[in-house]
Amino acid sequence: MTPPESARSLAAAPPLGTAADIARSVRAGERSAREVVDAHLATVAANEAEVHAFNLVLADEARAAADVLDRRIAAGEDPGPLAGVPVALKDNLCTRGIPTTCSSKILDGWCPPYDATVVQRLAGAGAIAIGKTNLDEFAMGSSTENSAFGATRNPHDPSRVPGGSSGGSAAAVAAGFVPISLGSDTGGSIRQPAALCGVVGLKPTYGLVSRYGLIAFASSLDQIGPFSTTVADAALLLDVIAGHDPHDSTSIPEPVPSYSDTLDRGVEGLRIGLITELMGDGIAPDVAARVREAAAALQAAGARVGEASVPAALLGLSAYYLIAPAEASSNLARYDGVRYGLRVDAPTTGEMMTATRTAGFGAEVKRRIMLGTYALSAGYYDAYYGKALKVRTLIIRDFAAAYEHFDLLLSPTSPTTAFALGDKTADPLSMYLNDVCTIPTNLSGDAAISVPFGTGDDGLPVGVQLLAPALGEVPLLRAAAVLEEAAP
Amino acid sequence: MSERITRDDVAHVATLAKLALSDAELDEFTDQLAAVLDHAADVEALDVADVAPTAHPYPLANVLRADELAPTLDRDEVLAQAPAVTDGRFLVPAILGEEP
Repeated sequence: MTPPESARSLAAAPPLGTAADIARSVRAGERSAREVVDAHLATVAANEAEVHAFNLVLADEARAAADVLDRRIAAGEDPGPLAGVPVALKDNLCTRGIPTTCSSKILDGWCPPYDATVVQRLAGAGAIAIGKTNLDEFAMGSSTENSAFGATRNPHDPSRVPGGSSGGSAAAVAAGFVPISLGSDTGGSIRQPAALCGVVGLKPTYGLVSRYGLIAFASSLDQIGPFSTTVADAALLLDVIAGHDPHDSTSIPEPVPSYSDTLDRGVEGLRIGLITELMGDGIAPDVAARVREAAAALQAAGARVGEASVPAALLGLSAYYLIAPAEASSNLARYDGVRYGLRVDAPTTGEMMTATRTAGFGAEVKRRIMLGTYALSAGYYDAYYGKALKVRTLIIRDFAAAYEHFDLLLSPTSPTTAFALGDKTADPLSMYLNDVCTIPTNLSGDAAISVPFGTGDDGLPVGVQLLAPALGEVPLLRAAAVLEEAAP
Repeated sequence: MSERITRDDVAHVATLAKLALSDAELDEFTDQLAAVLDHAADVEALDVADVAPTAHPYPLANVLRADELAPTLDRDEVLAQAPAVTDGRFLVPAILGEEP
């Protein structure tokens, strides 16, 4: 389905370096924000047609915002730690007056009446949104093929998927369209596309980043986090978006440390455990080899590396594909043609709702709504949903036991490198199996990061996952910086 | 596989979820949902009678804000996004057996 000439790599470094580089030069007056935005929009114009990272490019809005920023700098103001930095936003983050679709026909044309808290914080730090990125519809998928607006391509090989569901945000960074972007991670939707696209992707601790304005998929699992080309940029972006928000009742009401300030402290003395259960069947040998090399690199840098056991991790996949659809079936009940988005007219309200939902949702979303409705229905609740919640307890217990012996854990991010478009779309279960290494962290609510570490036998990027207990982002990012330094 | 979830179960669930499925979709979804539930047999088979369930990773009691006036969304801006409105309210077709 892909013409052979499009198999060339479109991966590129962002045109003006990292977010940290850009912010420094813009704050120092060495570059204008307008010049920065124009340079990035030029890379988008050159390759976006082949990559399809964006549902919407905000070229005019970004140029206008850059001009405002430049006038503020000329007036002696400091616009903040992300001054002039172009960012891409996953299109499930609400942007006031700007279409927000979740890559679903059911929200086609909807313009939110408010900004997500993370969107406000980015603007407050001087960042400039240059587009809304493609995703699997309502963030349900692992390949960004379940989008109502067409698939995103992996910049390293456009015949392959970028992963998902935040595939557009990962591809936008890997193609050099932006130095940083935001995604959301419910079962691996930041870390898996980061791994497949060869960029850094962080899922923060549940509650560390406000979910206000993130359109809900599975509310007890969803978390917003950064994509970047460097660990330092991930820390810089986390510094901006982390912290309590009264608009999100699940946001942790505690002060947050600086993640950037402690990045260079290394891993000397840290205890890091390789999760044996996530190194066995189903993990491609080339991916497992990179993870072992990463473990050796951490050991060489002074960490004490051993083998860790999290037996319940392997139950995570089954539990997740009961819990997440159950929560989704409830969350997506709001799309009924009454308050926003699509309405398909019918004589009665009940018929209108059915007609609207039938026309508006794609196949994967319908599948998950039905799976969740079934798992919650009378007679099956205890056997499926109730059991899955107990497995969640087992996973939390097993992680807690592992963290008695280790400060951090290590595993693959994804079992394989990027697969071909169309490879897994006919068999949903084969798609779900991609998430086996990332899901346990969502169920436990802890933090994890994917760092690029070499390539597979096919020459495509491999991501290594580091995991930390809740609010362990400081040592997590330190170890990630060491891995980045040691990466082949 | 089909004993895990029948075609009638899928049709019933679709009705509950307000989704209209074609015959072909019913067949396909029955097979696909059965495959996922088969995979979940590992969870179903566990003896976890003495394990407490976890619904949420961050145990929170009720979170209340101070009872003070604060800005809310603008009504007109919200209603401007609705498919149909009347007199500052959302408008829907007939309900509760009214004549359309």
